[in-house]
Amino acid sequence: MKQDERKQKGMKPDEINQDVRMRDEIRQDTVKQDTRKKIRNYSELKGWLYLLPAMLFLGVFMVYPLIDVFIYSFEEGYNSASQTYFGVGLYNYSYVLHDPYFLQALKNTFLLVIITVPLSTGIALLISVGLSSIKPLRNLFQTIFFLPYVTNTLAVGLVFMILFKKTAYSDGLVNLLITWFGGESVDFIDGPYWAKMFVLCFYTIWVVLPFKILILTSALSSVKQDYYNAARVDGTSKLRTFLRITLPMISPMLFYLIITGFIGAFKAYSDAVALFGTNLNAAEMNTIVGYVYDMLYGDSGGYPSYASAAAIILFAVVLTITCINLLISKKNVHY
Amino acid sequence: MKVILQNLTKKFPGRDRKKQEDVIAVNDFTFEIPDGKLIGLLGPSGCGKSTTLNLISGLLKPTSGRIFFGEDDVTDLPPENRGIGLVFQNYALYPHLTVRQNILFPLQNLKGKDKLSKAQMAEKVQEAARLVQIDELMDRKPGELSGGQQQRVAIARALVKMPRVLLLDEPLSNLDARLRLQTREEIRRIQRETQITTIFVTHDQEEAMSISDMIVVMKAGVVQQIGKPQDVYDGPANLFVAKFLGTPPINVFDGTVRDNTLYIGNDAVLHIRGVADQNVYVGIRPEGFVLQEHGPFGCSLRTVEVMGRDSSVVCTNQASLNPVIRAIISADNKVDLGQKLVRFSLKPAKVFLFHKETEERIDFTADAMTAKEGESL
Repeated sequence: MKQDERKQKGMKPDEINQDVRMRDEIRQDTVKQDTRKKIRNYSELKGWLYLLPAMLFLGVFMVYPLIDVFIYSFEEGYNSASQTYFGVGLYNYSYVLHDPYFLQALKNTFLLVIITVPLSTGIALLISVGLSSIKPLRNLFQTIFFLPYVTNTLAVGLVFMILFKKTAYSDGLVNLLITWFGGESVDFIDGPYWAKMFVLCFYTIWVVLPFKILILTSALSSVKQDYYNAARVDGTSKLRTFLRITLPMISPMLFYLIITGFIGAFKAYSDAVALFGTNLNAAEMNTIVGYVYDMLYGDSGGYPSYASAAAIILFAVVLTITCINLLISKKNVHY
Repeated sequence: MKVILQNLTKKFPGRDRKKQEDVIAVNDFTFEIPDGKLIGLLGPSGCGKSTTLNLISGLLKPTSGRIFFGEDDVTDLPPENRGIGLVFQNYALYPHLTVRQNILFPLQNLKGKDKLSKAQMAEKVQEAARLVQIDELMDRKPGELSGGQQQRVAIARALVKMPRVLLLDEPLSNLDARLRLQTREEIRRIQRETQITTIFVTHDQEEAMSISDMIVVMKAGVVQQIGKPQDVYDGPANLFVAKFLGTPPINVFDGTVRDNTLYIGNDAVLHIRGVADQNVYVGIRPEGFVLQEHGPFGCSLRTVEVMGRDSSVVCTNQASLNPVIRAIISADNKVDLGQKLVRFSLKPAKVFLFHKETEERIDFTADAMTAKEGESL
C-alpha cells in the first residue's frame, strides 16, 4: 500500500505507522529465511562434496559393474572380446538353473551356510563366555584363539590336507585316530560326499571362528559388571542371567556376526579350493562363487552370460536372506 | 532389622608386585545400626564407604570381622540369601526390559516355596511401583525415562522383594541439583513408609545430613565419628570431620592458648577454661562470626557475597589456613566495602579447638569476650 492509499482508506497516522512497521518486519523475516535457506543449501552442498570421492569410487567400481552384470545376464551368448550377443531373454537363467553343476553348487552353498553359521557362532559364543569368565592366562588364550585368523587360508588348507588326506603312504592323522578307536578309515578329500562336506564345514568354522571370538569377547566385556551384580543380589541363576541379561546385551554384536556370517558363507570359494583344488566340479564341492569363476575363467569357461546370471541369482539369494535376518532382528536385537 | 558390624575389615591385595602391601579399604569397623533407621555413610571418595556397603550386601567378602542381620550371622551368606535390596549408583536397570519387567525380574527368580503366582507377582510389582510413584511408566524402557524416574525404578526393583535391609550406593549423584533435593525427600518418605533399615552411601555431606537418622563419617577406611547429623556437626570428633561437614566449609586457623585465653595471630579472641597452654588448630564455623564494630577478631576485608537471605563476608587473615575466610552474617548487616578491616566477635559454640598433632578436638568452656576487653588486650 502506498502512503496516499492508506490516507485514502482513512487510516490514522498511528495505524499507518504500525502497518508499515509490520510490513517491514515481515519483509525482514523473509530475508532472514532466505539467508537461512542459502546457508543450509551451502552446507548441504558441502556435505555432498565430501561424499563425492567415495561415491565416485563406489559408482565406478561397484554400481556400474553391478548394473553391467545385470545386463549381461539377460544377453544371450555375450562375447566379451567382440562385445556381441545373439539376443535378449531369460535363457541364461534357465540354462544356469538347469545346469547340474550349478544345482550341486547351490546345494553345497546352502548346506555350508546352514551348518557353519549357527555352529560357528554358537561355538564362538561358548568360547568367548569361557574366556571372559577366566582371569589367569586369559590374554594367552585370546592370542591362541586368534592365531588362525592371521594364518593364510591356503596354509590352513595345507594343514587340513595333512590331517585328512589319504595318500599312498599314509591315511592321514584323523584316519589314524579313527582306526585307532576301531573305526573304518574314510577318504575325506576324495571319498564320499558327506565326508568331504564335513571337512569343508569343519574348515570353514575353523577359519571364521577367531574373528567371531574376538568380536564376542569384546562385546561381553562391554557388559557392565553392575548388571551381573544386580542379578546376583536378586538371586538370578547363571543360566537365566546369561539368557535374560548377557544375550540381549550382546545381541547387536551377535546379530552383526550372524549377518556377516551368512553373507560370508554364501560367498565361500577359497575354502573349497584350499581343500579340494581348483577342479571343484569334479570333486562335487563347488560353490556358487566357484561356479561363477569356472564359467568365466575355468577350463569349461568363457561364458560371461551364464556367469552373470549365476552371480545375479547369488545376489538375489543373499539379499533375500539378509532382509529376512533384518526383519527377525527387529524383534530380538536390543540396541 | 538391626544390622551389626563387628570389627569388619577388608583388605585388597596391593597392585604393585614389588611392594606387597595390602590396601586396607575398611579398617576394624564396629557399629550397630538400629532397626528401621536411615543411615548415611559419608566420606570423601576412596574412603571405603562403598566397600562397606558391598560387604553388607555380600558382593564382597570381608577379610575379617562379622556381619549380623538381627540375630543371624550373614557373613558367609551369598548376597541372594541375605534378603537385601541394592540400588546401584548408575541404577543398573536392564535396558532391554520395560519398567514392569525390570521390577518383576527379582520376583521371577524365586524358587521352591517362595515361588509366586503370576497374579501375586503383578500385585507386588504394582505395589512397589505405587510406592515410588511410577505406576504410569510401567511399559517404558529405562532409556525413555529421566534420571529421577530411573532412580525410582531402581528403588522399586530393590524393594519389590521386601528386603530386610535396603542399600543405596550414591543414590543421588547422577541427578541434577533440583531433582536431588526432591529425590532425597522421596527416599526419606519411602524409608519411613516401609520402615526398612536403610543404609546409603554418599560423598555429599549436605545430602547425608538432611535425611539421615545417623551419619557415619569415614576417612581412609577408618570410622571417624558416628552420630546424629546435628550432634556430629556441633561436636566434630576431629579436624577432618569438622572440615568435611558444613557448607561453606569451616574456617581453620593456627591458634595459641595462653593463660586461659585463645589467640589467633595477635588477637585474643576468647576466654577459655580447661585447656593447657599449647598451640592449637582453631576451627570456626562460618555462622560463628558476629559483626561487631570493636570486636576482638580483626580480618582484612576482601568482598561481600550477597545471597539474598544472608551474605557471606569474604576476608583474609595471616593465621588462616584456608585461602580465604568466609563468615555468614544476616543480610540485614550492611558491610561498608570501603573499609579495609572488619572486626568480629565469636560465638563460642561455633568455635572448636583441635590438638596440633592428633587433630582430636579439645573440650573447653568459654566466655565470649566483650568488645571492650578485646580492645584493651
